[in-house]
Amino acid sequence: MSAGDALQWMLLIPLLGAVGIVLCDRFPNLRESVTLITAVSLFICAIGVLGDVQAGNTPLLRLAEPLPGIVLGLRAEPLGILFALLASGLWIVTSVYSIGYMRAKREQHQTRFYVCFAIALTGAMGVALASNLVTLFVFYEVLTLSTYPLVSHAGNRNAVQGARIYLGILLATSIGLLLPAIVWTWHLAGSVDFVEGGILAGKVGPVEAALLLAMFVLGVGKAAVMPVHRWLPAAMVAPTPVSALLHAVAVVKAGVFTLTKVVIYIFGTEFLASIPAERLLVYLTGFTIIAASVVALRQDNFKRMLAYSTIGQLSYIVMAALVLTPFAEIGAALHIVAHAFGKITLFFVAGAVYVAAGKTQLSQLDGIGRRMPWTMAAFTIGALSMVGVPPTAGFVSKWYMIAGAFQNDLYFVLAVLILSTALNAAYFLPIIQRAFFRPESVPPKTEHGEAPWPMVAALVTTATLTILFFVFNGPVVGLEKAIVNLP
Amino acid sequence: MSVHLQVLIVVIPLLAAPLLVLLRGATAPWALATAVSWSVLAIALWLVAEVQVHGQLSYALGGWAAPWGIEYRLDAANAMVQLLVAMVAAVVLPYARLSAGREVDPEQQPGMYAAMMLLLAGLLGISATGDAFNVFVFLEISSLSTYTLIALGRDRRALTSAFRYLIMGTIGATFFLIGVGLLYALTGTLNMADLAERLPAVASTRTAHTAAAFLVVGICLKLALFPLHLWLPNAYTYAPSAVTALVAATATKVAAYVLIRFLYTIFGIHFSFGELPLSQILMVLAVIGMLVASAVAIRQPDAKRLLAYSSIAQVGYITLGLALGSVLGLTAALLHMFNHALMKGALFMALGCIAWRVGSTRVDQLKGLGRDMPWTMAAFVVGGLSLIGVPLTVGFISKWYLILAALEQGWWVLIAAIVISSLMAVVYIWRIVEIAWFQQSESRDHTREVPLGLLLPTWLLALANLWFGIDTRLTIGIADQAARALIGSAP
Repeated sequence: MSAGDALQWMLLIPLLGAVGIVLCDRFPNLRESVTLITAVSLFICAIGVLGDVQAGNTPLLRLAEPLPGIVLGLRAEPLGILFALLASGLWIVTSVYSIGYMRAKREQHQTRFYVCFAIALTGAMGVALASNLVTLFVFYEVLTLSTYPLVSHAGNRNAVQGARIYLGILLATSIGLLLPAIVWTWHLAGSVDFVEGGILAGKVGPVEAALLLAMFVLGVGKAAVMPVHRWLPAAMVAPTPVSALLHAVAVVKAGVFTLTKVVIYIFGTEFLASIPAERLLVYLTGFTIIAASVVALRQDNFKRMLAYSTIGQLSYIVMAALVLTPFAEIGAALHIVAHAFGKITLFFVAGAVYVAAGKTQLSQLDGIGRRMPWTMAAFTIGALSMVGVPPTAGFVSKWYMIAGAFQNDLYFVLAVLILSTALNAAYFLPIIQRAFFRPESVPPKTEHGEAPWPMVAALVTTATLTILFFVFNGPVVGLEKAIVNLP
Repeated sequence: MSVHLQVLIVVIPLLAAPLLVLLRGATAPWALATAVSWSVLAIALWLVAEVQVHGQLSYALGGWAAPWGIEYRLDAANAMVQLLVAMVAAVVLPYARLSAGREVDPEQQPGMYAAMMLLLAGLLGISATGDAFNVFVFLEISSLSTYTLIALGRDRRALTSAFRYLIMGTIGATFFLIGVGLLYALTGTLNMADLAERLPAVASTRTAHTAAAFLVVGICLKLALFPLHLWLPNAYTYAPSAVTALVAATATKVAAYVLIRFLYTIFGIHFSFGELPLSQILMVLAVIGMLVASAVAIRQPDAKRLLAYSSIAQVGYITLGLALGSVLGLTAALLHMFNHALMKGALFMALGCIAWRVGSTRVDQLKGLGRDMPWTMAAFVVGGLSLIGVPLTVGFISKWYLILAALEQGWWVLIAAIVISSLMAVVYIWRIVEIAWFQQSESRDHTREVPLGLLLPTWLLALANLWFGIDTRLTIGIADQAARALIGSAP
């Protein structure tokens, strides 16, 4: 299989999977097997593409040319393949988890659920591998639209309302700001391709460049930089597997990934460094981090707290990308992975607690660690990773971000990182204490232990990954050094 | 034979009309009309191919050479318009057998098909001819047949709607005729190419200005440009579904073409946008139309009426593109003409399917239809996404060009207006999608999917929305060629 073919299969596998799922509508076991087989083959295919990237074999795959001079094309590069590997790998784990969750909750419309999930993965793969902004925009919208039925899955008034906010904000920002920004880029540079070193240098004045960057930062609503973050808490009405894979990994990471790509391959770090107003956006992301942490501190609903935590963590990545130093860019890429492992674990835990104990509020979690020791142990690991304590993944990325901030003497970033670490500790550690060391205030209506085994297996796997990433991050760092031309 | 195709595309439907009235029943007229529409499509495709090779085709009617005789002159711009009219007709007519079969009295059906053929002849004639007075003649043919067609609607309000359109349309046609008359008085010719040659010499006269004013107002009435749009919502709402699909997808587009032809070819860009402040006037009206009509569409209780208001907003996009006076802007206008025909055709046909099953297109009647009629509603979603301008649909292509054209001249206000109007489209389309897919019906019984005779044509247009959104060589190629020719033809 040539490198171009492999790229094509990255889109085709989840699409074919979606077709297979529809065909197996009547046979749930077969249908779930199709999902698992699709997820595994997608991951294997992504590993194949990774091999091509490491060998320097990255051809452009042309899909179509909808506008003269603008091809819909795919090309693998270090940052993109990392995102593709992450999303496809975690899809396997999430699928196992979904089977446990959806069956335990006896959810309706399960076929629609799995189909939309597979299409959303197609969107994520397209975003990861897009060779230019227009292609990226196409798959960005595929991701938006395919996740809408997942968010409104429950179909009740609450879910429809949440899904409306979700779709409204994501479409409004993407059509209202991102699309004009892309057209403007095309107008200025005559190109929308992702090129090392950027395409805008010397083609636009400092004021316009700052405006354009602001349009990108706010236009990519999926990155949830304040004030366009409201959709993420709204999306929490979705079933937990959706929140876990899509609203902790695929969708939100597609957002920050897009911004990182724009910073590195459209503007170019050197060119951006020459624009003074760029700092304003660093401040905006810093504000988002602190504000989101403060709001998270006040939440009692488990998933909403996680959503606000995600908003803060996403802005870490955007802020790191905007610090514009090599270590910070690596830190941004690493945090995409580190946060994914940690946060998906936390969402899995939230879902497991909901399924096993029917609890959705943090204040109900007294003593639950004794009934669900595996689950709450995984929660502890995930929470420590959010705070950035070794030996977890969160420490590694935070290390690189701090190093990056020092390279540029950006003490504002340092201050934000330190304050946010303290705030994260303030809202995660009490939960651990509550779960393990407080006695149960009210005995549960029915005696329960752990959630169904597929869910426990999934969350233990991701918690293990969170720890393993602390030890074995060498290959990822090595891969991402290529994006900043470090030896 | 092939040299005569340029005129045959008009003559065939024109001659078919009286034949249809003589036929009995509903099936025979339908079969003949469908056959005519398909042969017209074949001719239109042939002509587009010819134009792409030769650039321009000229045909002297009856062998009388221009400027004495009537000249039919085809270039990329009108070949594109003919193609879109023929395409829509070729899809709507097969659809009409079931759709109009339920909505129009059987004894009126031969007449309806005859009127449809006359409408087709009129619209194709307008785009075929190179003679200003001839445009008026065909404009009247198409308008009169449209009044008839609208009056066929089951709802009694169809009659008042048709009458209202008759009054407004007649005023428009009269204005148009006065304008053409003044031009004739000024230059002594009616041939468009001749007019373009002689007008610059008399451009600064008051007569020329007056003629232009009458012409623009007359055409804009037909175009339904805000604030001359009042006839449109009722006409689209109460006409039979097949008629609405046909008229909504074609009539205003042809009017937009006439406006482009007069502003760019006959008056020339220097007169229209330099001597007269038409660029500014049209731009302001277009923007107001886009915003106001989109806002009004959001609150409509009837889906057909909602789409009618959306059409007024979309006319604003087209007008905006042509008012920019640049190659890019004109390309955007021509592209959106074509693309909007595809999306509105698909959307109105999907509503026609709903009307066929449910008997109403009121928004609150659509509850739960996503489950009962998944294919119909899926086609509606495709059309709706295209209207919003989601990538991989035609709507994205025209929006891209429109924003690019506005950006080229630094018109940030226009970009904001385009974006806001698109977002309002999200609201009104999603309102229907949400009701159809995520709400359960209490009052209505469960219905089944419509038969293939309705579904296939609808999906054909829905797929065209996707096809021309991905493979744009034909549409962009010909729109670009047309825009360059039109701007280049300015003196």
